[in-house]
Amino acid sequence: MARLSSWLRLAALIGAAAVLAAPSFEAAAGADKPKLEHGKGDKCVEDTDFMRRNHMELLKHHRDETMHQGIRTTKYSLKQCVACHASEKTGSVAATKEDFCAACHSYAGVKLDCWDCHATKPMAKKPGQAEAQAEVKASPLMPNPQNGGAKQ
Amino acid sequence: MANNVCLGRECGKNTRFWMLLALGGLVMLGTLSAFFYLEHHGHIMTGMNNQIVWGLPHVFAVFLIVAASGVLNVASIGSVFGKKLYKARAPLSGLLALAMLAGGLAVLVLDLGRPDRLIVAMTHYNFKSIFAWNMIFYNGFFAIVGLYLITLMDHKLKPWSKPVGLLAFLWRLALTTATGSIFGFLVARAGYNSALYAPMFIIYSFAYGLAAFLVVQSVMYKWNNIAMDERILSRMKNLLAVFVAAGLYFTVVLHLTNMYFAKQWEFERFLLAGDNIYTTLFWLGQVFIGGIVPLLMLFSPNAAKNPAIVFLAALLVLVGGHAQMYVTIVGGQAFPLDLFPGYAQTSSFFDGEVHSYSPSIWELMLGLGGIATAFLITTVAVRVLKFLPQDDFKEIELETKEG
Amino acid sequence: MNEPKRPESNLENGDRRSFLAASAAVAGSAVAPGVLLYGIAQAKPAEEAVTDKVRWGMLVDTTKCATGCTDCVTACNTENGLSGKTGPQDSQWIRKVDIKNLQTGAQHTLPMMCQHCEHPPCVDVCPTGASFKRADGIVLVDRHICIGCRYCMMACPYKARSFVHEPLTEQNPEVPRGKGCVESCTFCVQRVDRDQSPACVEACDKAGHKAMVFGDLNNPESDVAKAVKAYATTEVRGDLRLNTGVRYQGI
Repeated sequence: MARLSSWLRLAALIGAAAVLAAPSFEAAAGADKPKLEHGKGDKCVEDTDFMRRNHMELLKHHRDETMHQGIRTTKYSLKQCVACHASEKTGSVAATKEDFCAACHSYAGVKLDCWDCHATKPMAKKPGQAEAQAEVKASPLMPNPQNGGAKQ
Repeated sequence: MANNVCLGRECGKNTRFWMLLALGGLVMLGTLSAFFYLEHHGHIMTGMNNQIVWGLPHVFAVFLIVAASGVLNVASIGSVFGKKLYKARAPLSGLLALAMLAGGLAVLVLDLGRPDRLIVAMTHYNFKSIFAWNMIFYNGFFAIVGLYLITLMDHKLKPWSKPVGLLAFLWRLALTTATGSIFGFLVARAGYNSALYAPMFIIYSFAYGLAAFLVVQSVMYKWNNIAMDERILSRMKNLLAVFVAAGLYFTVVLHLTNMYFAKQWEFERFLLAGDNIYTTLFWLGQVFIGGIVPLLMLFSPNAAKNPAIVFLAALLVLVGGHAQMYVTIVGGQAFPLDLFPGYAQTSSFFDGEVHSYSPSIWELMLGLGGIATAFLITTVAVRVLKFLPQDDFKEIELETKEG
Repeated sequence: MNEPKRPESNLENGDRRSFLAASAAVAGSAVAPGVLLYGIAQAKPAEEAVTDKVRWGMLVDTTKCATGCTDCVTACNTENGLSGKTGPQDSQWIRKVDIKNLQTGAQHTLPMMCQHCEHPPCVDVCPTGASFKRADGIVLVDRHICIGCRYCMMACPYKARSFVHEPLTEQNPEVPRGKGCVESCTFCVQRVDRDQSPACVEACDKAGHKAMVFGDLNNPESDVAKAVKAYATTEVRGDLRLNTGVRYQGI
């Protein structure tokens, strides 16, 4: 009786392991590697291999620079990443599993925290806003009445 | 003489243990489902809002934390001050301290807006924040009290129990001071903003901790069919009465001082004579049920002979303690900030009006989970190790005669 | 810009010379203030960190603030992607407060937002350091390390902070905000870093009330510095000695 129960236990263990491991069989076969949509432009700010390994470090470092020191360079800015990599179809980087960020992250099983706060779609171009930007740059010498009270 | 709660294995099959475990597990199930629900949908499902940011979960959590640091006192009186009667109770006291602190912290963490960032909280410290210091104190408490328990229960390490006990005692004083200062350091609010909060919380912790210990000890003795010795009961009940009275004293001083400042009258009127739940909880809960009634019970002539009276009094102190936490935490937030003294204020952000708070079932489930956590840890530990106090009655006789 | 007059072909040499001199003077005087302004108004380059040379501040003239007008609130909501709802769990970064003196009956109205104190209690109490003050005086929440404990909300004397109670979508890419973190007025830091003023100030100007002036308190030539020097201004809850960046006139 004791021997039968220990066999049963072994069988149950193997069965459970098989059930748990089943989903990974498909992936191990290499069938589901994500196909990423090509971003806008011909290349990214760094080469692909570097980005694959280090994009998290770049973002993490840059976010502190922007947040705490007001450094708003665009090379490693998340906003710029989104602007280039937003999907043609959904306009977003994480709306569906095919979108740029979500594709790799769901394959790798790494939860994305960024999009709780950050917008997944690039800035919608408002005509007024584009002009305001251009005005500030084009004529720094002229006090801009539209910026009433701006730094002088 | 049984030397554990007879939930131990050598007592044979024990359904009581499994039933207790099931009860605790059921409550924890409710708590965890509340947690997942809130984590997914956000705090919009709770009664907490931008006016009352800390609610029912924090009432339970802060109570457990304060009581946890206080329950260690029983052990400290033994190890640090050498009282034999308390030395026998030190292991149980240490265990309860760890269990209750774990319960309180669990609730706090589960209620965070971003509990997934616990690692961030452990690795980023702003040392100007008393809250950050609290995190260090809580973690240190686990380590030190754990070490203390080992020195108590391992024969070879027994000589170390005195120095480690002293460290635990001092550490716990710092911890409770910091917990009270969470409120005392807030300059913004009429209900906080007082240096008195630190010592007041220390005294509250003495009372709540000893009351919790007495409740647990009474239950353990009852289930073991052990009679509580009259001399032990007498000393412990008197100590509880002293702590409860001291707590009332601090409450009186705090409010008396506040009433001296014209700028505090509005708040005191709101709290002590308002038409709201906080006034009821203060007078009925904190002062009457948590203070006066237990004092009367503890000083009644038959109290030393009747363990049930002491048990009930301790239970009432615990209930009164929750009322006190509700008044402090929620009442202090309900009273609006006075941005423009001398002016009536209205805005879309509820300036100038008493803020309302109706707790949701999720918050209650979160809060009860703290008690359930402490309960489960205690139940399991007590089955596995020897925690029932073993008294040497001859020594206690001598000690009681010495006074 | 002035366009120099076209000289007539039959002008004498002397006249031409004096005309040229005059034109040079006029052109110079037209350009000079711009050159001066350029020196001061130069947009901070993106790769440069902010410094404490600048201290952003605001003056609110409550006598110019109109009762019932909420243009500043609307503008803030639009710029920062807030819902604009005013339930107990909704975020409000700026609000209009109507006050009435209990003794005299005098009534005022004013916008209340994060006061960007020099000694912010919210920064002191934050356990992780997520609530911080930037070098140029703007108080912000670093939502990357905010754990949502809400202690800063307890500590703020102005009830300036809000907690995000539900999951958000469609955020403004320039103003990331999300569930579980605390937030408050940022002086529209995304605009300030581009040399613009906060949305509330701009909206008040556009509406014609001009009750809000924003600028660099450390620069004696700025509008706000000149105004706080000329007029009697107060800090709300000044007894707390927080040295706020926002000052009020007329209360």
